[in-house]
Amino acid sequence: MSDNNNKLNGSPQTNGAAVSNGTPKIGFYVCHCGHNIASQVDVEDVQKFASELPGVAVSRDYKYMCSDPGQELIQKDIKELGLNRIVVASCSPLLHEHTFRTAAEKAGLNPYYFHMVNIRENVSWVHDNKESATKKAKDLTRAAIQRVFFHKALEKKTVPINPDVLIVGGGIAGITAALTIANAGKHVYLVEREPTIGGHMAMFDKTFPTLDCAACILTPKMSAVKSHPHITMWTYSEVEKVDGFVGNYRVQVKRKPRYVNEELCVGCMECIDACIYKEAKYPDEFNQKLSKRKPIYIPFPQATPQVVLFDPETCIDFKSHRCKKTCIEVCDREAIDLKQVPEYKEINVGTVILTTGFKTYDAELSPQYGYGRYPNVYTSLEIERLVNASGPTAGEIINKDGIKPKSVGIIHCVGSRDQKAHKWCSKVCCMYSLKLAHLIKEHTGAQVYNFYIDMRTPGKGYEEFYDKLMTEGVHFVRGRVSEVTDWALVPEEENKLTIRVEDTLIGVVRRVPVDMVVLAVGLEPRVDADDIRRMFNISCSNEGWFLERHPKLAPVSTFTDGIFIAGGCQGPKDIPDSVAQAGAAAAEVLSLISAGSIELEPNTASIMEDHCSGCKSCIPLCPYSAISYIEDSKKAYINEALCKGCGTCVAACPSGSITQNMFDDEQIFSEIDGLLKFAGIELEETEGEHA
Amino acid sequence: MPDKPKIGFYWCASCGGCEESVVDLAEDIIMVADAVDIVFWPVAMDFKRSDVEAMDDGSILATMVNGAIRTSEQEEMARLIRRKSKIVIAYGSCAHMGGIPSLANEFPRQQIMDFMYEGSPSVVNPDKTRPMLSVKHNSMNVTLPEIRNLVRTLDQVIDVDYYIPGCPPTPKLLKDAVLVLLSGKLPPKGTVLSPDEALCEQCKHKDTKPVDVSFKQFYRPHMVIIDNTKCLLSQGVICMGPATRAGCEALCIQGNMPCSGCFGPTSRVKDQGAKMLSSLCSNISAKDEEGIDAVLDGIPDPVGTFYRYGLASSLLRKKIPEDV
Ligand SMILES: Cc1cc2nc3c(=O)[nH]c(=O)nc-3n(C[C@H](O)[C@H](O)[C@H](O)COP(=O)(O)OP(=O)(O)OC[C@H]3O[C@@H](n4cnc5c(N)ncnc54)[C@H](O)[C@@H]3O)c2cc1C
Ligand code: SF4
Ligand code: SF4
Ligand code: SF4
Ligand code: SF4
Repeated sequence: MSDNNNKLNGSPQTNGAAVSNGTPKIGFYVCHCGHNIASQVDVEDVQKFASELPGVAVSRDYKYMCSDPGQELIQKDIKELGLNRIVVASCSPLLHEHTFRTAAEKAGLNPYYFHMVNIRENVSWVHDNKESATKKAKDLTRAAIQRVFFHKALEKKTVPINPDVLIVGGGIAGITAALTIANAGKHVYLVEREPTIGGHMAMFDKTFPTLDCAACILTPKMSAVKSHPHITMWTYSEVEKVDGFVGNYRVQVKRKPRYVNEELCVGCMECIDACIYKEAKYPDEFNQKLSKRKPIYIPFPQATPQVVLFDPETCIDFKSHRCKKTCIEVCDREAIDLKQVPEYKEINVGTVILTTGFKTYDAELSPQYGYGRYPNVYTSLEIERLVNASGPTAGEIINKDGIKPKSVGIIHCVGSRDQKAHKWCSKVCCMYSLKLAHLIKEHTGAQVYNFYIDMRTPGKGYEEFYDKLMTEGVHFVRGRVSEVTDWALVPEEENKLTIRVEDTLIGVVRRVPVDMVVLAVGLEPRVDADDIRRMFNISCSNEGWFLERHPKLAPVSTFTDGIFIAGGCQGPKDIPDSVAQAGAAAAEVLSLISAGSIELEPNTASIMEDHCSGCKSCIPLCPYSAISYIEDSKKAYINEALCKGCGTCVAACPSGSITQNMFDDEQIFSEIDGLLKFAGIELEETEGEHA
Repeated sequence: MPDKPKIGFYWCASCGGCEESVVDLAEDIIMVADAVDIVFWPVAMDFKRSDVEAMDDGSILATMVNGAIRTSEQEEMARLIRRKSKIVIAYGSCAHMGGIPSLANEFPRQQIMDFMYEGSPSVVNPDKTRPMLSVKHNSMNVTLPEIRNLVRTLDQVIDVDYYIPGCPPTPKLLKDAVLVLLSGKLPPKGTVLSPDEALCEQCKHKDTKPVDVSFKQFYRPHMVIIDNTKCLLSQGVICMGPATRAGCEALCIQGNMPCSGCFGPTSRVKDQGAKMLSSLCSNISAKDEEGIDAVLDGIPDPVGTFYRYGLASSLLRKKIPEDV
């Protein structure tokens, strides 16, 4: 460690702007980061260079600045030398800005007098010439030192956290999060769009890899949600509007009319029997339209809540008002109310978890597989319903013509890993295809073929499940299926669907005739994912999945404080992962609630009211909807609690009437000036050029 | 009776409109003439350079200089005036920011000369005659000032105390400035003597400006019939109002023409054109590159649109060939 102690130099040109906190006394520290920085940057040279810059009172280099001794070095200097500005040249601020700010704060300095220079990610890791890397490190150092002259003391704002929580989406992820939070004694509003909670899992018969019965593990949780004193469950409902910021969101929820009073209906279903339609006539959505339902129906026997609902599109009375309304006659609880209208609820919550799940790929978009053209081509979700004991065939696997298939082909990666559809691997379909192969074989004794590109079975007990399937006599063909066709070339293919595939393990093109084809459709974002993310002010990845704040270190947080994500809405995942994420999101929420309040970064923008001309240019630009137009004063106004400090409006205000903490003009320009000095460029250049 | 304060007016590279605006004071000019002694005003009265040289240094209270600095002579006069005046005021857009003449900074001097003396379709000059710095004529040595490489603002050549913006400034601003000078209550040096807020604030259309203008197409004023009851930006006509200092009382808009930016930026903005561009471009409705380009095609001359009065004072690089 080399030292250059106590060399106070004159201050640089401050362009006439005032500096706060007295004459700047800057402490500069350059970190070796072991060899990470020191191998590419001559840190001692940087240290000497900085020691001679105006305002620098002490300049040091040290092996690991982020270590306790490193931080203590800064704290000691602050106390003993009276430093009032700190610059550390080390790694990315994302990593250690917080560390050093806290260190400075503990030594009694306002943390915003600290500034960090990234000479690792931005210098040593990306350059291979030590001389020029050192030069760049010096330029960045000079820029930072010139900048801190203009730093100001800033105060963090604290906002209280309303302990009530909103969860949007009642699949397994939403259910898990709701129960975890409610069990901790906090109130949860669970908003589900469909008439019942349960999500995709409620459609399954068994779940991989343990093959436990989905209903047996899910329905107890569904009823626990229903009866929990701390959960308000609103099914058949949607969030309409969200305002506010972390700790204080105002949400409007629309409760769609079921035309049945939820409080009164006990789910006896006598009305369904009594409906004037003796036969069910309309496609049943929950059963993937493989069966029929009446205009008054309940999605499935264990639906939660156990409340029937009307489909106004098909009920005679909604169309002609001329039905005998036998349903109403039979209901002795007088629960049916055909005049029901949408109800709007306003709630205040502090935090939100989005668990809106996914949808499956539309198989008709890959016409080579014949879905929609050949009746005996099914999607995996349809098969989930067929094998389900409470499904359209009471668990019997039969083709649409009623005949039990003797051979079944399951095609993997439909809509996934496909340049023409989605590039991503949907992660769960290999495993559910294995599950379905097992169940089909068990139910029908058919020959089952799995056509896969790669078999992806990472996970506890998953590869073992695959091994087990191989011993069960399921056939595996490695290769992407090129076509499903009913065009028979040989007698064995007559009246069958032939799957054409290149078997890449033996290097021949095969034609496999089967009675039934199952398409392992991939997972994709819901159609309205973009609307939802806008409403909650979060980001989406390019593919449309809700974007986490950090893929590894903050997987259930978003860039909007207080909004969390879990389960299939964040990307394809199976039930164990969805449940784990839901738990993580619940923990994040509970940690905010138990902290009681949250500190907001003070890097926010504000509008100088006297100067704003009310031109409104800034208002539509804010990605966080933090800016509004005040009709009384005819000026724009930024809600500081909503502002994330992105700087967009600051740059766009054509009259320069928006400033941003930590990004004042004088800070930025003095930084640029410091950076450009290497080229002999002065910012305030006047052109005295003559001929 | 003590001497009346002495005032001067001078012009450099300008069109003469600023001088006209002084006359536009109308009856107020009598008030001005009563209150001050106009000691130097070449456009209206006969003054020679030697008259100014003969004055004591600092003897003029204030001189208003209009016009940009293009020639060696303008430069010398500016320095002379600086010496003789306590206060120098850059008067009008050209002195303030370079003005229309500084659009010439888009081209190298040589190219301008070639065009003006040969290339222009209306010029017949078979001998390729060019202005010379000095020529012998009838045994006399005739000299001409030199044209500098660049057009400069007044404060790029001499120290300037105040600015009166506008192309030209309104008589009201001039009158207010004279009153301030006479009152002796001088604002801080460097002040632009006009309200430090953007024009929208003074514009009658302010209330009709939508929150989300979301530009789909830009029109130049001759391409549309402008609705005189609505904000021009909302009609797709580029109005520099949001990026332009107030003070003109939205004269152009009252004449149903968009603001073209002559008052320059507010004190908080370094580069008026860049500010307007960043605000305009972020509000374009198309979000893909192709769509954005299509909308921007509606602005055929961006420099002339966004830097019409301020190229010399802007951050844009000047065009100077390597070999000069
Ligand atoms: C065919 C198939 C078989 C599978 N088999 C297995 C298996 O055996 N084992 C396993 O571990 N995983 C399996 N999976 C994966 C499993 O389905 C998912 O991991 C799980 O469903 C994810 O749960 P979720 O709660 O995140 O999403 P979802 O189950 O999709 O639930 C989301 C819920 O949110 C509601 N919602 C959506 N948008 C809104 C909105 N705007 N407002 C209100 N509510 C909304 C939906 O109606 C739904 O109820 C399978 C998947 C498929 C496609
Ligand atoms: S999990 Fe298997 S079937 Fe699904 S996309 Fe990935 S590789 Fe294809
Ligand atoms: S800085 Fe960004 S987040 Fe803050 S108000 Fe401006 S545009 Fe919105
Ligand atoms: S862009 Fe600037 S001047 Fe216009 S409304 Fe916003 S803050 Fe006011
Ligand atoms: S943009 Fe122009 S027309 Fe519109 S309010 Fe501003 S000054 Fe007026």
